[in-house]
Amino acid sequence: MIPRVSEPAKSRAAWRVRGLSDRTIAWLFIAPTITLLLAINIFPLVWMIRLSFTNLNLSMSYLPLRFVGLDNFIDILTDEEVWIRLQTTAQFVICSVALQVVIGFGLALLINRQFRGHSFWTTIILLPMMLSPAVVGNFWTLLLQPQIGPFNSLISLFTGVPPSSFSMTGQVALAPWTIVLVDTWMWAPYVMLICLAGLRSIPDYIYEAAEVDRASPWRQFWSITLPMAVPFLMLAVLFRAIENFKMFDMVNLLTSGGPGSTTELVSITLKRAAFEKWRTGYSSALAIILFVTVFGAANIYVKALNKVKQR
Amino acid sequence: MRRLNWLGSAAASAVLAVAALGVFGGGEAAAQNKQLTLCWAAWDPANALVELGKDFTKQSGIEMKYEFVPWTSYADRFLNELNSHGKLCDLIIGDSQWIGGAAENKWYVKLNDFFDKEKISMDDFVPATVVGYSQWPKNTPNYWALPAMADAVGWTYRKDWFSRPEIQSAFKAKYGRDLAPPKTYDELKQIGEFFQGREIDGKKVYGAYIFTERGSEGITMGVTNVLYNYGFSYENPKKAYQMQGFVNSPDAAKGLEFYKELYKCCTAPGMTNAYMQEGLDAFKSGQVAMQMNWFAFFPGLYKDPNVGGDKIGFFVNPAGPNGHFTQLGGQGISVVATSDHKDDALTYIKWFAQPAVQQKWWQIGGYSALKAVVDAPDFPKSAAFAPQFLESMGIVKDFWAEPSYAQLLLDTQKRVHDYVVADKGTAQQALDLLVKDWTKVFKEQGKEVASQ
Repeated sequence: MIPRVSEPAKSRAAWRVRGLSDRTIAWLFIAPTITLLLAINIFPLVWMIRLSFTNLNLSMSYLPLRFVGLDNFIDILTDEEVWIRLQTTAQFVICSVALQVVIGFGLALLINRQFRGHSFWTTIILLPMMLSPAVVGNFWTLLLQPQIGPFNSLISLFTGVPPSSFSMTGQVALAPWTIVLVDTWMWAPYVMLICLAGLRSIPDYIYEAAEVDRASPWRQFWSITLPMAVPFLMLAVLFRAIENFKMFDMVNLLTSGGPGSTTELVSITLKRAAFEKWRTGYSSALAIILFVTVFGAANIYVKALNKVKQR
Repeated sequence: MRRLNWLGSAAASAVLAVAALGVFGGGEAAAQNKQLTLCWAAWDPANALVELGKDFTKQSGIEMKYEFVPWTSYADRFLNELNSHGKLCDLIIGDSQWIGGAAENKWYVKLNDFFDKEKISMDDFVPATVVGYSQWPKNTPNYWALPAMADAVGWTYRKDWFSRPEIQSAFKAKYGRDLAPPKTYDELKQIGEFFQGREIDGKKVYGAYIFTERGSEGITMGVTNVLYNYGFSYENPKKAYQMQGFVNSPDAAKGLEFYKELYKCCTAPGMTNAYMQEGLDAFKSGQVAMQMNWFAFFPGLYKDPNVGGDKIGFFVNPAGPNGHFTQLGGQGISVVATSDHKDDALTYIKWFAQPAVQQKWWQIGGYSALKAVVDAPDFPKSAAFAPQFLESMGIVKDFWAEPSYAQLLLDTQKRVHDYVVADKGTAQQALDLLVKDWTKVFKEQGKEVASQ
């Protein structure tokens, strides 16, 4: 015998059966992610914005916390040293990204052809980008050691200059190029990978039509390959520029920002201000300025990228 | 079923037995579970401390755990820990420069009452170590640490090279005096120049190794040895924080110029960012005739099969035209205020302060600051470098130990490295800029800085 169910009990059961609305279920599913995002990203960001208007210095936390308005921002933007660090960073970003794009695109063009050992060479080329920047920094430090490092011996072999007469990481004229060189060695394969995806996405029939029209390989490159790979190249530039703007680990290991402050990128300045000098208020303001700079530049760039894509 | 009953009874008995142990043997068991974490830098003396700590565990039943961090990240790591009121360390052997910040921020437990209760007198320790490692404010009877590891900058040299007749005669022919460990910086430079590029045993060698590291404290800990002896002072001795004319006096600028000359004339190529370890490597590999480094490493170097024993000699930091000082290193041991095991940590300090423990500490590779150890008649003969260590501890000077020391240190690193290694500006400009930097830091700290 089936027991009789009263009306209110029936509706409660129906609610339980119907369960939660789709919207509620969706919220339940994304709630943990949102909570994590709020806790890990948004809360620290808001906290950092708050701190940037204070005089907080963690090595002197016994001093009363004062609201200093825009003082930290004014301090940073009127500090000649910060502008020099930004210039150094810009030079590093421009030089290394330009080199990586040229080399990466060149490698992609080579790898895009079918030849014997193709997969093997692709793997070999990709190896540097699979290493940790800390490992790269350490082993390049050894490679570039003037007395025992093979790099100087190699240069000496070609130029006749005694290997221990120059130091790639210790001389003002060479150190900036050294960090560009090592960064390019590590990340040109990454650009190659993006470009390779671009090259492989160009339909064969376009080249076939060009061949029917008797277009030379050079003409095909300028009229088909390059224009169609440009969005991918721009994407690679965007990724690498953002990464290089915040480059820290590898440069810190190779030169510690030296000699003097020759290779001190703005990320090293920020780390020193925040975690060595403990100037929390000041470094929060600097971090915000850097964030706005990268965010603004990336936005402008993405808009340009979209325009190129539309064309 | 019967079997289950039997198992149930056994389990109940076991539970009861454990509970009984908890009641009657709880004290001993708890002592066996006690543990202290001691934080320090990862270097030779830390290994000696681990050895020494075994005696403490035997006596007290308290296990010792160690957290050793390489010097290059030692300050970052532990200051971060202290700043964030972490509980990683119960005991910390913190750098001498931290004492101001640690006291003001109440990171360390003040030890005055404990010292009084346990009859530990700071008069029993080498005065420079008490001022350098324990007191804040300096020269006041407020103690935040027990001097744990006395240290200073000293020099090692290749005694075997210095004693070779052909090298001695070549040196005498060139400079008109005997080749001997230098007493002044001018002599040191001459010897450096003499050895620079010379071929010994078929190998090209270099004159001297000096600190040039940029990232943490290296070049500052090196250059101050010369600056002090040329007349540099941190401030007007009669007026605190008045740095103009003391930090950047013409004599101080000459000292800085000299350090650069030494770097240019007499160091091995590529030594643009080198600190303790690079110095040890250079000396151990037979690359340099003389090496600047901390006394803490000298026991290890003396034992080195290739360059130790009869082949190595030691000398005190040479004098300059305006004085004879050396850079203080070393650390005191403190109880971390946020530790949950403060009483046990204090037990460790009480044990560590005992003369017998201090004597053993010195014997196994640590550097005691206890007068009973270092003033003992047989101390100078107890190690090849003991006389030089003793003399050095009498002439030490230390960097700022203010709460803002890290900013002051990093400013110095930048200005000195810019001038010495990166060839930027003049020595006078570097020191003038340093005064400007330091003035800004002290003003932020709320100090009154007189310009004249």
